[in-house]
Amino acid sequence: MSDLRELYQEVIMDHNRSPRNCGPLEGASHKAEGFNPLCGDQLQLYLYVNDDSIIEKVRFEGKGCAISTASASIMTETLHGRSVDEANRYFQAFCALATGEKEELDQDLDLGKLEVLNGVREYPARVKCATLAWHTLQAALRGDETPIKTE
Amino acid sequence: MNHLMGTSELPRVAPGLALDVDSIRGDFPVLQQQVHGHPLVYLDNGASAQKPEAVIQVMADYYFKDHANVHRGVHTLSQRATDRYEGVREKVRDFVHATSTNEIIYVRGTTEAINLVASSYGQAFVGPKDEVLVTEMEHHSNIVPWQLLCERTNATLKVVPIDDRGELILDRYREILNERTRIVAITQVSNALGTINPIHDMITMAHDVGAVVLVDGAQAVPHMSVDVTDLDCDFYAFSGHKLYGPTGIGVLYGRESLLNAMPPWQGGGEMITKVRFEGSEYNELPYKFEAGTPDIAGVVGLGAAIDYVTGLGLDLINEHEQQLLAHATARAAEQSGMRVIGTASDKAAILSFELEGIHPHDIGTVLDHEGIAVRTGHHCAMPVMEHFGVPATVRASLGLYNTRAEIDRLFEAIDKAQELFGQ
Repeated sequence: MSDLRELYQEVIMDHNRSPRNCGPLEGASHKAEGFNPLCGDQLQLYLYVNDDSIIEKVRFEGKGCAISTASASIMTETLHGRSVDEANRYFQAFCALATGEKEELDQDLDLGKLEVLNGVREYPARVKCATLAWHTLQAALRGDETPIKTE
Repeated sequence: MNHLMGTSELPRVAPGLALDVDSIRGDFPVLQQQVHGHPLVYLDNGASAQKPEAVIQVMADYYFKDHANVHRGVHTLSQRATDRYEGVREKVRDFVHATSTNEIIYVRGTTEAINLVASSYGQAFVGPKDEVLVTEMEHHSNIVPWQLLCERTNATLKVVPIDDRGELILDRYREILNERTRIVAITQVSNALGTINPIHDMITMAHDVGAVVLVDGAQAVPHMSVDVTDLDCDFYAFSGHKLYGPTGIGVLYGRESLLNAMPPWQGGGEMITKVRFEGSEYNELPYKFEAGTPDIAGVVGLGAAIDYVTGLGLDLINEHEQQLLAHATARAAEQSGMRVIGTASDKAAILSFELEGIHPHDIGTVLDHEGIAVRTGHHCAMPVMEHFGVPATVRASLGLYNTRAEIDRLFEAIDKAQELFGQ
């Protein structure tokens, strides 16, 4: 059970129990839907991006496992007040972290709390749970109306 | 013990006429391993069962000694391959109690069998305003081929609902059946719920309105003996790999008169007697539906799997699994926060459940860490998940080699998951 704690770190359990920025967002400028058909996880992501391309508000709602819920919750905390360009850098960096592709890691970027999700790289079946919110973010920023699927 | 000849051993029954599971477990090489430091507990038999050495060896043996194409050559190896291939057809006929080997069509699996019937029979005998009837508990493979047929023919798909125990509502079935019903497609055992349906009566009721019935037997054949003649079904489909045989091989049983009336499905070699550009003549049954070189080794392996389960005795297998299910169901009733999905009075050895406050996917990961393999997800039965208002469940599906101690290990691991998630 000890190494399971490396996957399910206390921060993840906390965000799973009390997800941050959870619920709909009135007046969203961008939104997208993500779906993981393998486990039935689904989430809606809402963003308000201002004229200077800064993400002023970001919220999500949906149903998912602990990993996908915590990942979505921590993502919203990370993105608050970031520019769209920064969000894209975080997307790249997070995917590299989750899949364990070290050479892709952006050394200048401080991943902060996102680091707690690095345990998923040992669980190939769970990587998609962790990256679902981030792929949905990409779809929202692209203005893609088609629900994102991880399969 | 001579596995190379593919012969099954004598039934091994312990005193008191029960399966000798300790000895049986020795037949399955894959079970002799540790996963994450624990002895493997394989409870994902509903997805695919493990293979006894007899099946693995007989397939290797076929490739070592006898492989050639079937029904083609005058040479010795082709004759041996053909004998083995056709010998299994007779074995399958006997296994499902069909009248003739003409009624036994080899396919890739249950999915292909259903697609064959939907395409060939459906195209020929279903038209606009006709109705095709399925149930709410069907696997996607017994829904989507009929949806595609209805789209092509402008027929209507009707659905028999289930109740909250996961049993079909037979009164609704009776009401929905009518003289426009052309095909009834029902599963004998639900893969997501374990429900055993009263298909014998349902087939009689369908015949009363002139409909033909296809039974999805994928989850039934590993657990109980099947008699298509007694059931009087028109089509019966099952897969080898859930029956402790290889993947990629399955069987469609079809009533001979219907198969004769149906147009061929796939065209190619084997399914013809004469090919001219002006038009070809099709082969007789069962070859009319077996275009191309088949999975000969898969057929040989299927034969060994049938020998294996019939050698042990399906009645004893069923009894053993029912005892395990009763134990699992009793433990589930005592487990706090556990909700069993599928509580039909007549059930095969499947325990589908959810735990309060823990997503099935997280449970699956914790169980895997304890060396326990279960399926988590929608089990290719999304309408069932929708009925019970869950995105997914955890499913422990039992097989002939599972033990009471393994069920206890499952529940110990569930305790650990609840502890980890503070539930």
